[in-house]
Amino acid sequence: MLAAHELQLAGRLDGVSAVLKAGTITAICGPNGAGKSSLQEALAGLLRTEHGAVRLDDQPLSALPPRERARRIGYLPQAGEVAWDLSVRGLAALGRLPHGDEAAGPVDAALASLDLVDLADRPISTLSGGEKARALLARVLAGEPRWILADEPLAALDIGHQLSLLGNLRAAAEGGTGVVIVVHDLALAMNHADRVLVLGEGRLVADGPPAEALSEAVIEQVWQVPMRWIGGPGARALVSRATQTA
Amino acid sequence: MTRPVPLLLVALALAVPLSLLAGRVWLDPASTPNAAIILGELRLPRALLALVIGGGLGAAGAAMQGYLRNPLADPGLFGVAPGAALGAVVALWFGFAASPVMVPLLALAGAGGAMALLGLIAGRTAGVAPFTLAGVMIAGLAGALTSLAISLAPNAFAMSEIVTWLMGALTDRGWPDIWLAAPLTLVGIVLLRLAGPALDALTLGETAARSLGVNPARLQWLLIAGVGLTIGSGVAVAGVIGFVGLIVPHLVRPLTDRRPSSLIVPSALAGALLVLIADVVCRILPLVTELRLGIALSLIGAPFFLHLLLKMRRGLA
Repeated sequence: MLAAHELQLAGRLDGVSAVLKAGTITAICGPNGAGKSSLQEALAGLLRTEHGAVRLDDQPLSALPPRERARRIGYLPQAGEVAWDLSVRGLAALGRLPHGDEAAGPVDAALASLDLVDLADRPISTLSGGEKARALLARVLAGEPRWILADEPLAALDIGHQLSLLGNLRAAAEGGTGVVIVVHDLALAMNHADRVLVLGEGRLVADGPPAEALSEAVIEQVWQVPMRWIGGPGARALVSRATQTA
Repeated sequence: MTRPVPLLLVALALAVPLSLLAGRVWLDPASTPNAAIILGELRLPRALLALVIGGGLGAAGAAMQGYLRNPLADPGLFGVAPGAALGAVVALWFGFAASPVMVPLLALAGAGGAMALLGLIAGRTAGVAPFTLAGVMIAGLAGALTSLAISLAPNAFAMSEIVTWLMGALTDRGWPDIWLAAPLTLVGIVLLRLAGPALDALTLGETAARSLGVNPARLQWLLIAGVGLTIGSGVAVAGVIGFVGLIVPHLVRPLTDRRPSSLIVPSALAGALLVLIADVVCRILPLVTELRLGIALSLIGAPFFLHLLLKMRRGLA
């Protein structure tokens, strides 16, 4: 269990509380500047808030030694920076740093689960965008964390790679890992998340199953655009209400 | 992982005996008169000093490039070398050129001053960029003060002493210089190697490194101490020797898995080899006066740096 209690940080977070459960995918949604990345960094123990606290399994996260925290929470930043031209396996092996070992087992397992075995010896610079996104996720999986926090892992991917990466995250969640992702594409959140947190101006506006948290009313209130959901459960699309009536 | 290490050790095992024989006078241990004295008092300490200084420069360069995540970084960026040079220049300014102790000691004090300033700044900012900018400022300040000392030199002799010293060389160094520089450099290289895992994590950016459990403040301290000890002691006994810290990690990187941590020890060995060879070349070139080692390495280094820049531009295009 990963729980945020009354997180407060001037200009970024305004009293956000949420209790996240392992084994599910939670999506954090909100307009630009709503505090999504701040919330996620706070949940990962990387951002000190002015008030409030994050608790991991009923322990204050700030009391956990950094390496112990790093073994339990894997964080995937948005930028996807890799400064040196490591091999795919070398990149994945960085996930073992908090454990202080180079155990081949978890690295191999991570590469296999992301279908990267054939690419293991390729330098990162030769990968396509989709392959690189998978290699970066392999780094997180190799650390065998209980929680995966990923900041917009789908942003730079085409729809095929988005769905395949979501499949990988779903597999991790079914294995008992808690998955928390920042998502801009509301349809992806609606169709693939178990739960959605909607942030607006640093406040938690909605929190619940996607159909409730991302209702048309919430979207109009938070994003200030009139939108309408079409399609059935698991296959919904978001269209503009303005063009529909026009 | 450490594939280049045996290779470099073999190269060093070949190069060191050769360097002992090479010089203005080629030694034949069996027939040259006073061979034992030339070897024991001149060439052996000089070769060992080249190894120590090159090793420190190589390791510090590898660590700096890892820390800044930039292949163009150089250990000079932290301002330790200019700080040490300023200390030595102050010693020469006050006429201590003849003292074998004062120049290195004041150089170490200068390096220590630069490290202390960096430490003060490190306490306030954990970010890589502001910390490095602070280092560049310290380098600029020390450089300006060095120029000031030259322009206000009390006499032409002191000025010439300073300018010559700044060029960096291994001539007329002896065992005391080794006893001073070798332990400090060795400790520095060990500290830099300890920073290896954190530098590896930094490959993924600062935030990701913290998420992997890296303590940015601890990393900064390891780098200040490691770079300070290796570069500070090197400058103290040999003057300013540029480009080794920049070039060597580039030469070694393709032989490794490219992780910053697996670059530090091989870079130390390759730096030792490069400085040793460059010093031998300086010794045997048939010039009227011996070419200064710092000049020789910059003559090799500058075109290499240019080549590197052009290659990187092609890579981006």
